[in-house]
Amino acid sequence: MKQLFPAKQVMGFVFSLILTAIALAVYFLDVSFTAGLTILIVTAFVQALLQLIVFMHAGETKDKWSIYGNVYFMIFIALITIFGTLFLFSWDM
Amino acid sequence: MEFFERFAIPHPSPVIYASMVVIALTVIAIIAGLTYFKKWGYLWREWLTTVDHKRIGLMYLISALLMLFRGGVDAIMMRAQLAAPDNKLLDAQHYNEIFTTHGVVMIIFMAMPFIFAFMNYIVPLQIGARDVAFPRLNAISFWLFFMGAMLFNISFVIGGSPDAGWTSYFPLAGNEFSESVGTNYYMIAIQISGLGSLMTGINMITTIMKMRAPGMTMMKMPMFTWATLVANLIIVTVFPVLTVALAMGTMDRLFATNFFTSANGGMDMLWANLFWVWGHPEVYILILPAFGIYSEIISTFSSKNLYGYKSMVASMVIISVLSCLVWAHHFFTMGQGAASNSFFSITTMAIAVPTGVKIFNWLFTMWRGKIRFTVPMLYSIGFIPLFTIGGVTGVMLAMSAADYQYHNTMFLVAHFHNTIIPGVVFAMLAGLTYYWPKMFGFMLNERIGKWTFWLLSIGFVLAFFPMYITGLDGQARRMYTYSEATGFGTLNMISFIGAGIMAIAFALIVYNVYYSIRYSPRDIGSDPWDARTLEWATNTPVPEYNFAISPQVNSIQPFWDAKKKGHVLFPDKLDKIHMPNNSGMPFILCSIFFVWGFSFVFAIWPLVILSTIGIFACLALRSFEKDHGRYISVEEVKETEEKTGGAKL
Repeated sequence: MKQLFPAKQVMGFVFSLILTAIALAVYFLDVSFTAGLTILIVTAFVQALLQLIVFMHAGETKDKWSIYGNVYFMIFIALITIFGTLFLFSWDM
Repeated sequence: MEFFERFAIPHPSPVIYASMVVIALTVIAIIAGLTYFKKWGYLWREWLTTVDHKRIGLMYLISALLMLFRGGVDAIMMRAQLAAPDNKLLDAQHYNEIFTTHGVVMIIFMAMPFIFAFMNYIVPLQIGARDVAFPRLNAISFWLFFMGAMLFNISFVIGGSPDAGWTSYFPLAGNEFSESVGTNYYMIAIQISGLGSLMTGINMITTIMKMRAPGMTMMKMPMFTWATLVANLIIVTVFPVLTVALAMGTMDRLFATNFFTSANGGMDMLWANLFWVWGHPEVYILILPAFGIYSEIISTFSSKNLYGYKSMVASMVIISVLSCLVWAHHFFTMGQGAASNSFFSITTMAIAVPTGVKIFNWLFTMWRGKIRFTVPMLYSIGFIPLFTIGGVTGVMLAMSAADYQYHNTMFLVAHFHNTIIPGVVFAMLAGLTYYWPKMFGFMLNERIGKWTFWLLSIGFVLAFFPMYITGLDGQARRMYTYSEATGFGTLNMISFIGAGIMAIAFALIVYNVYYSIRYSPRDIGSDPWDARTLEWATNTPVPEYNFAISPQVNSIQPFWDAKKKGHVLFPDKLDKIHMPNNSGMPFILCSIFFVWGFSFVFAIWPLVILSTIGIFACLALRSFEKDHGRYISVEEVKETEEKTGGAKL
């Protein structure tokens, strides 16, 4: 019975619900703009990774390295773009 | 009648009315011709529904050549307007539209399909595959590009062309300053064809990663395949940024959002930023496959293998990473501080290093080689010094302090044409001449080809080198005229003469095709250049399955080894071959995309909704469709191999 029960998926599901609840709380609670946005960004990224690993089964097959390689590459590019833009328009203008 | 008024040209002129007549007559002639010669069925069966990478490659090629001439006409009109001071040939608005469409057409609808043509035709042959990884997706890519191009090209007769420059900077491109639908065309046509490019990117990466012939490790791939892989990685990386930026721009124009407006919390500079996050890597998407083609040609005609294979690969990978770190050098003067400008200056200059490595590798490949001065080789040899001049002026522009002098002048215009024409256009013409016998079974005439090369090179130097001088003297780009007192007149006249010589060279290419169709010998075999890589190991004309037997690869030049060192290229026996079926879906889907785009441009919402439903219906149908492809039997393969002259069995 224990082998059949998808404990990882159930835990993942519960955890994703919690993340959603935290994100939703930003709307109802009276937090500052910066704090609210920080919570949203953090929960969004954790949620995305959770979906990718638990429900889209990244890392369970042989082409693990190419999937994670792609993810790291895209995160790298996204960070360059975002921090480059902040560098140009916020920190140095 | 009120409904139709929106389609009128806001800024008509006799030239545009004449173009309308010509377009109408051409369409009628094509329809009449197809009907008279009973070619509708042939067109549908063999071309519109094809998923064969070679035919799709050829369609890209034809579209690219057509767009080359369209963009070329724009260029000649611009040079004619600037040939003399206070010229009245074009007015300011018309000039704006022409330089905008020239830029967009040449980059997105000429250079991109040209490199896609070679990627599609050559890469599966070079890696010994039977087709690309996703043949039907490939057809969708092509038709998306084609419909995007057509949508963009009808803008000048229906509704008016975009006029905010190919960079389409906001707030100029916003509703306030660009009232006509022109910029809507820009946003939506590029969006549609950009989707196609993104799909090609995914398709090519998968093809190269998964479908290489047995024995071909990554470090045994031909250089053009490597260049294609790296270029497509950049496509997948940066095209989403363009997609998002265009979507935001479209929303600003049609749905009154405020992403790029100067009021209500919008930020116009963000458009320039996002545009160049895509735009700078875009130039490397164009130049890397061009480098790949040069590598193939220089190696073949120096009768040597490529010098410094590993450093060639490494430098391309380094270029691809650096290309994503330099975008702000396009707007050094926008007001950011010295720290960020210095950062982007240094990364920009750093790109010169791996590029220099490549230049030296080509020189060392030729060093002590037995060089044959064929037309493709002439282009490659001409490319090296001319492109280096463009690269050096690029390093000049990269210095952010000095850029305040060069910014937005003709110096910049001269620089990027100096890299794109000897870099990309020469490579495309070299590749066209080099691969022509593989594509069509006869060679282009060498004598006319050499005339073309020399005229093009001389015309190029005359047309663009004077711009360096007028640019330093202060002639701004995109200005439709200048006064006599500026003293720019003589140099601009020289530019115009150069542009005229280039036009003659391009006309000679057309004549060369005609001449070669009539007089070129057809008995040239499948390897007329004595080449080294797998694409020449198959028969000419290439059978639809490319290789009857999957080739066995042992080095970076398996075909050469097979010819000279007794390497056995085809050790296996014939087997039945699995091929994909043709499908009309890509063409129909993308035709609906055209309607969708057109109705979006003019904000005809019922039609937008209808065509959106149509698009999703096509996608849903595809999901439920069962298509396992078909098999070509051994007998059929044998028959085809005998017919196409395959003696290799």
